[in-house]
Amino acid sequence: MYNYSDFDEAFLRERCAQFRAQVERRLDGSLTEEEFRPLRLMNGLYLQLHAYMLRVAIPYGTLSARQMRQLAHIAETWDKGYGHFTTRQNIQYNWPKLTDVPDILDALADVGLHAIQTSGNCIRNVTADHFAGAAADEIADPRPYAELIRQWSTDHPEFQFLPRKFKIAITGAEADRAVIRAHDIGLQIVARGEEIGFKVLVGGGLGRTPLIGQVIRDFLPESDLLPYLEAIVSTYNLMGRRDNKYKARIKITVFENGIDAFRDATEEQFARLRPAFSGVDQALLAGIKAQFAPPAFRNADPAPYEAALAVDPLLRAWARQSVTAHRVDSHAIVTVSLKAHGQTPGDASADQMRTLADLAEAYGYGELRISHEQNVILPHVARADLPALFEALRKADLATANIGLVSDIIACPGMDYCALATARSIPVAQGIATHFQTLGLEQEIGALKIKISGCINACGHHHVGHIGILGLDRAGVENYQITLGGDGTETASIGERAGPGFAYDEVIPAIERILRAYLDLRTTPEEPFLETYRRLGAQPFKTALYGEGARHAA
Amino acid sequence: MSRKFTPKVVTANDLREGDVIYLTAAGEWTREHAQAELIEDEAIAELRLLKAMGQPDRVVGPYLADARPGPNGPEPTHFREAFRTRGPSNYAHGKQERAHV
Repeated sequence: MYNYSDFDEAFLRERCAQFRAQVERRLDGSLTEEEFRPLRLMNGLYLQLHAYMLRVAIPYGTLSARQMRQLAHIAETWDKGYGHFTTRQNIQYNWPKLTDVPDILDALADVGLHAIQTSGNCIRNVTADHFAGAAADEIADPRPYAELIRQWSTDHPEFQFLPRKFKIAITGAEADRAVIRAHDIGLQIVARGEEIGFKVLVGGGLGRTPLIGQVIRDFLPESDLLPYLEAIVSTYNLMGRRDNKYKARIKITVFENGIDAFRDATEEQFARLRPAFSGVDQALLAGIKAQFAPPAFRNADPAPYEAALAVDPLLRAWARQSVTAHRVDSHAIVTVSLKAHGQTPGDASADQMRTLADLAEAYGYGELRISHEQNVILPHVARADLPALFEALRKADLATANIGLVSDIIACPGMDYCALATARSIPVAQGIATHFQTLGLEQEIGALKIKISGCINACGHHHVGHIGILGLDRAGVENYQITLGGDGTETASIGERAGPGFAYDEVIPAIERILRAYLDLRTTPEEPFLETYRRLGAQPFKTALYGEGARHAA
Repeated sequence: MSRKFTPKVVTANDLREGDVIYLTAAGEWTREHAQAELIEDEAIAELRLLKAMGQPDRVVGPYLADARPGPNGPEPTHFREAFRTRGPSNYAHGKQERAHV
């Protein structure tokens, strides 16, 4: 894992000291809210519906056990004993007091964490595949590149006032677990013979104008990464619209100008910028890569695990959902569900965080990951240790065997917390999870991604949910639109709106009608929902939702 | 004739704690919606809002929210404002937490 250099440490401490002084000046009246607001947002501090909210970055989703313990400490000391992991690999504290935030930022800095680049029209924290460095299908670990981009983008003087926020995601595998096609820039590590490079996508995004990113370069040599990113962002900085907030993201720039014109402008800029990159970045990258060297995997015989699997149905059920192949045969990747039925998706109590930190140290070389799907990952676990880990998770109520199933829902905070929300998300997610658990249909339904957003900004990624739910305010009443057939992976697609929305108490029955129709329509139990949808189209599901007249009405 | 004015309360967030607050008829800030002043006159509402905006050292983001009279004082009319009087629905945190203490 990356350890902060003296430069990083000094930068962070200076930022903390600056913010402490800014808070003091706000409290004594020297700064107005208009003056203070951009300063607090630069440090991740929002004002939400009921309280302030501090959004802390978990760069490329990677945490050490020590950092996780500090997150627990902060939750207990200055918040209400829990934190909320988000779809952007951040953790949000929902109840900090303004007067406590400088102390919280100091506590974060003590473990190399911060809330920088979690807000504002800058390059935001780079997100990455949560299986990075562990996945069996990976060409290379994307995190060193993410850290290089972090060092390049933090306080980059040219990119502090972009037309709008700017999000970069990176994956090292063909299987896209980082939703790179829904980011301003998506990077996929690819190999051409012996050479490592990147497939570069640009102009993806969700929100009110959902668009799938387009390829701007099929193969970008590794050493051209930063100059090419600089070329894209500086082209956008000049070409992007500032007249209309809703047309300011790069996806609109690319869409309005066309990918070819945008590519030409970027390549021209790249030719100008490339000579300025002398190779210092590559020397830095080499140093960063060394810090991401994998742990010394111990060679434990997995036979005890295989034996336990054969006799323990609970272990088997959990392993089927939670255990993923590791690039080293003797190991596995374990996804810990933060979606216990009826709980808030992505919430972890301070006790749970500490348990996860302990288990990471006992069984996972001290490493943890946070996924954009709001779960926690132990990326390196010896298969021999899986039965013991499962038992420990079970004792901590962290062994819910629902990863990838109907109750593994991602949901934004919605109107329970967010000042921008138009409806609630969390209780809809809780209700769906408990409903299908009660019906006992979760296993039968199989692989399914439900994603819920409480407003058009789509933090809950509803457009790329197999079933997406969007909460709106219709004449002063919560109303939920359903989209079908979305996909956030390498086969990305934007979901199609099924028809008129549903009232709050009609949503769960509507989801049940869709899924009962799916169970009737699938060719075999092995055909997942998305495949059935792609084979048959929306019509049978619209009929299930709205009745036989739907063909004409919807 | 201009359209009928919907009664309002002045609401904001507390600068230090972030909690939802309301302006009372006495010009003080309260954490309870029911203790807010229900303002039935548009010109007075604007004046009260200006008064709130003149206290940037205490409050953040004051605005006028629709309300209606109720048996115990003003009540919110929109669900967003109703949530602001209670707190989130997934935990008994926020105002509803204090109400139980």
